[in-house]
Amino acid sequence: METVREWLNALRTGECSARDAVTTALERIRTVDPQLQAVIAIDPERALAQADTIDRQRAGGEDPGPLAGLPIGIKDVICEKDVECTCASQILKGYRPPYDATVITMLRRAGAIPVARLNMDEFAMGSSTDHSAFAITRNPWDTNRIPGGSSGGSAAAVAARMLPCALGSDTGGSIRQPAALCGVTGLKPTYGRVSRYGLVAYASSLDQIGPLALTVEDIALLLPHLAGHDPHDATSANLPVPNYPAALFQDLRGVRLGVPKEYFIAGLDPAVETAVRSALHLFARNGADCVEISLPHTEYAIATYYIIATAEASSNLARYDGIHYGWRAPESTTLDEVYSHTRRRGFGEEVIRRIILGTYVLSSGYYDAYYLKALKVRTLIRQDFTRAFDTVDAIVTPTSPTPAFALGEKLNDPLQMYLSDIFTVSVNLAGIPGLSVPCGFSPDGLPIGLQILAKPFDEMMLLRVGHAWQQLTDFHLRRPPVCATSFSRPTTHA
Amino acid sequence: MITPETVAYLARLARIELNETDLARFVPPLQEILAYVAKLNELDTSQVEPTAHVLPLTNVSRSDDPLPSLSNAAALQSAPCTDEGCFLVPPVIE
Amino acid sequence: MPDFAPVIGLEVHVQLNTATKMFCACPNRFGDPPNTNVCPVCLGLPGALPVPNAAAIEAAVKAALYLNCSVSSFSKFDRKNYFYPDLPKAYQISQYDLPIGTRGSLEIEVSGTTRRIGITRIHLEEDAGKLVHAPGASLVDLNRAGTPLLEIVSAPEIFSPEEAYAYLSSLRLLMLYLGISNCNMEEGSLRCDANISLRPAGSSTLGTKVEIKNLNSFKGVQKALAFEIKRQSSLLATGTPIVQETRLYDAATDKTLSMRSKEEAHDYRYFPDPDLVPMTFSPEYLARLRDNLPETPQHRAQRFVSAFGLSQYDATVLTSDPALASYFEDTIAAGASPKLAANWIANNLLSALHQTSTSIGACKIRPPQLAALINLVETGTLSSTSAKTVVFPAVFEKGIDPNAVVAEMGLAQVSDTTQIDQWVVDAIRANPDVLDSLRKGKVKAVAKLVGSVMQMSRGKANAALVSQRIAAILKDMHGIEISG
Repeated sequence: METVREWLNALRTGECSARDAVTTALERIRTVDPQLQAVIAIDPERALAQADTIDRQRAGGEDPGPLAGLPIGIKDVICEKDVECTCASQILKGYRPPYDATVITMLRRAGAIPVARLNMDEFAMGSSTDHSAFAITRNPWDTNRIPGGSSGGSAAAVAARMLPCALGSDTGGSIRQPAALCGVTGLKPTYGRVSRYGLVAYASSLDQIGPLALTVEDIALLLPHLAGHDPHDATSANLPVPNYPAALFQDLRGVRLGVPKEYFIAGLDPAVETAVRSALHLFARNGADCVEISLPHTEYAIATYYIIATAEASSNLARYDGIHYGWRAPESTTLDEVYSHTRRRGFGEEVIRRIILGTYVLSSGYYDAYYLKALKVRTLIRQDFTRAFDTVDAIVTPTSPTPAFALGEKLNDPLQMYLSDIFTVSVNLAGIPGLSVPCGFSPDGLPIGLQILAKPFDEMMLLRVGHAWQQLTDFHLRRPPVCATSFSRPTTHA
Repeated sequence: MITPETVAYLARLARIELNETDLARFVPPLQEILAYVAKLNELDTSQVEPTAHVLPLTNVSRSDDPLPSLSNAAALQSAPCTDEGCFLVPPVIE
Repeated sequence: MPDFAPVIGLEVHVQLNTATKMFCACPNRFGDPPNTNVCPVCLGLPGALPVPNAAAIEAAVKAALYLNCSVSSFSKFDRKNYFYPDLPKAYQISQYDLPIGTRGSLEIEVSGTTRRIGITRIHLEEDAGKLVHAPGASLVDLNRAGTPLLEIVSAPEIFSPEEAYAYLSSLRLLMLYLGISNCNMEEGSLRCDANISLRPAGSSTLGTKVEIKNLNSFKGVQKALAFEIKRQSSLLATGTPIVQETRLYDAATDKTLSMRSKEEAHDYRYFPDPDLVPMTFSPEYLARLRDNLPETPQHRAQRFVSAFGLSQYDATVLTSDPALASYFEDTIAAGASPKLAANWIANNLLSALHQTSTSIGACKIRPPQLAALINLVETGTLSSTSAKTVVFPAVFEKGIDPNAVVAEMGLAQVSDTTQIDQWVVDAIRANPDVLDSLRKGKVKAVAKLVGSVMQMSRGKANAALVSQRIAAILKDMHGIEISG
């Protein structure tokens, strides 16, 4: 019982009650998490209470929803009413939101049970999850390596089979990159497809919530309960939600896949290149039409991204000032000390760096040279994709230029860390959807991810290509050493 | 090249207390990052419109109908310091 | 001492009277217990998102059109970043380079001269919360945070404190006519800051600008500016340069005081709010709003003069408040003569409202009742005196039908000549000395007879008829002719 589909089958057939499901997930967390530290907090009582409600509903003949009893992990950046939400930052210690994010409301309505708050890079700023104020999450495939980030806790928890699925957030690759580095499947939906209401903002014009799971099929089962118009989010698209699972019944024949030449560059790990190239062969052999395309402004994406993201972040994170909620630096006696001590000591170094950078690019005299310039290059990057999708249905690239790097390796070299986002940030700048699926392993046994991109709101195409890929391969089903023993049976408590 | 004085000024704008040691640590990576992002100047964008939003949305608004507010207790539940139903801060000198 | 001429610009903030706040569905209401009209959005909680209030946007566009602004087809919201405890997000959602309206104007009148004052811009933003200063601490109440606010910035084209006063009065009246704000300075729904600089009379270069805050009334604005002109003139006269600064007006001492606090460099780092999408206004939409704008106060006054024959003065008084002007028109519609209605409203009603501190909206005597009262007097059923001293106060207090008051108190005027003649005869009989006096030419003695008749009739005799019948009876029965 590992994939969402397996869990839901067990729950539907009654092989496993919702209480069993939650208990099982909590037990797996207790067993595995000490080695990984993917989980920031659990609230067993709350999860079990929701499980009992579902079990009662089912016993009473009510329909408890299509995801009834499914345990899910929540990145600690998405608000759940009265549950501490820290964004892995000291400055939000003690913050309990008085409201639910829209995705939490939707998931609960479908019967899913949030069981754990998952670790991340502080305020989703990082690609490694070693920028957390509380714990360093480790990669289940090699505990001396990072799981990727910023949704590293979500990817590690799913990879280690602690939870069948988790929510992450993706501003510049924060779902896709850890999914790739941990060997799981992760989707960043189109900007506006999933409500951001209740997602603690890093960069509002780039942030999206998305699911991580073991298979594309699982993603297709979850997405209908995340996507849709939300009147509480003015940037949410008022478009119908397609029947995503229907995408799973289409094969690759006739699909035109674009391969951007700018993504095969110096610095691309040979193992990654090999894995992606062989994936292309396999696609071609199975009826897809692979063509080389050009996304000429790719090399400007990182610079554009870090200007826009930090500018928005400097404003979004200004509200953490020790006054209305969260942590206040002790012994601050004047108002100015409350502000400047709380913010100096409450934020980690990477967050401070990005706030200063963002403050700079918006400041008087520099706005045009940096921020406005970046908005214009963003237009060019979007246009690259618009043109590409005139001729192809999907674009296939590596997700990350390298497999997981060692813990702390890039901690003191921020620019190197930023550059590792090279293949993912353009997607957020263009607002298009992106999926990462496992596509191989490095000689060291580290997972490699394949990124599939499509037109805005064409998640169907991603699911179609991704699922077809997973019908041809089994990379997504391989287990990391940390959970060599499979968790086949649910824990039942008679 | 961004100077320690500029970084100190920015930190002040962002209400983050940085001492000399902090500045010495923060300035070099910021210089490196800014030198890198300067590569955008290679592009001529004089004829390009900026993208503030990726979605072609306009005029998203709501009707003027009230909904219940939070209770005072819920509004203050995570505040570090409160009094008389209000957030309490050190005196604001005017 | 050379003469210095002031150049004044005013920045006015008008709170809109929408049902909900600018970006959330919390009630937009004054006077509730602290932090009870708040939600995740206006508390600035992490993850909460703003959604603009359609009614507030429409009110802003209407205001821009009413103030003769050009409204561009595209507008957007920007973030203004600064730290203050009453600003929970540490940025205010406002408008920077694409405000709703630009280049408008309004008309003012000072001592009989009419001038147009330019309006540089009008934009929509959210209000901050409120700070209450307690000993050793400050308390933050966020009920006001997120209230829709119009900022209206005048051009530096106001040249005297009196003009500043007239500008504010005119602006306030226009906002009241639009019905988009209560414009109550005490509750802070209309607030004003002033900029003033002095330059030698005749010069066209602007002097150093001083900003004045804490202006709590229109009179206060006028007085603070007058003080500032005196202060700056005497400094300039001695060659002392003016310091560019913000000063606070202290109404108690009628002085402005330097804020003295070290002024931090401001860099608001405006940028488009990524949580909000742009607003577009089609020509059709703007035309529809423009066609449905209310009549301006000036037009209405003009119409009262031409259509109802009112004096310019009465017309101005009646249009000084849109509710009052509508009250007047409703009274006419209910059948009262326009001139009598104007008199009754401008005199009796306004003074009664003033004495009881009642607003016209809360006034219990409604237009049909006032019209009925006016008609009772006009048809002679009720004496003007009874109407003013007895019936009006009763109707004003209780909001009842004047006819009922007249009936209940037996106040109907007696115009029956037989009855009046009887009273006159009785009065002459009771006052034999009057005839003597009259015969001696002391015409004023008639007053005694009138008084006697009024006493006998308990004030109900039709006064005009009484005078007429006394003259007739004196002539017919006593051969005494009284002219007049």
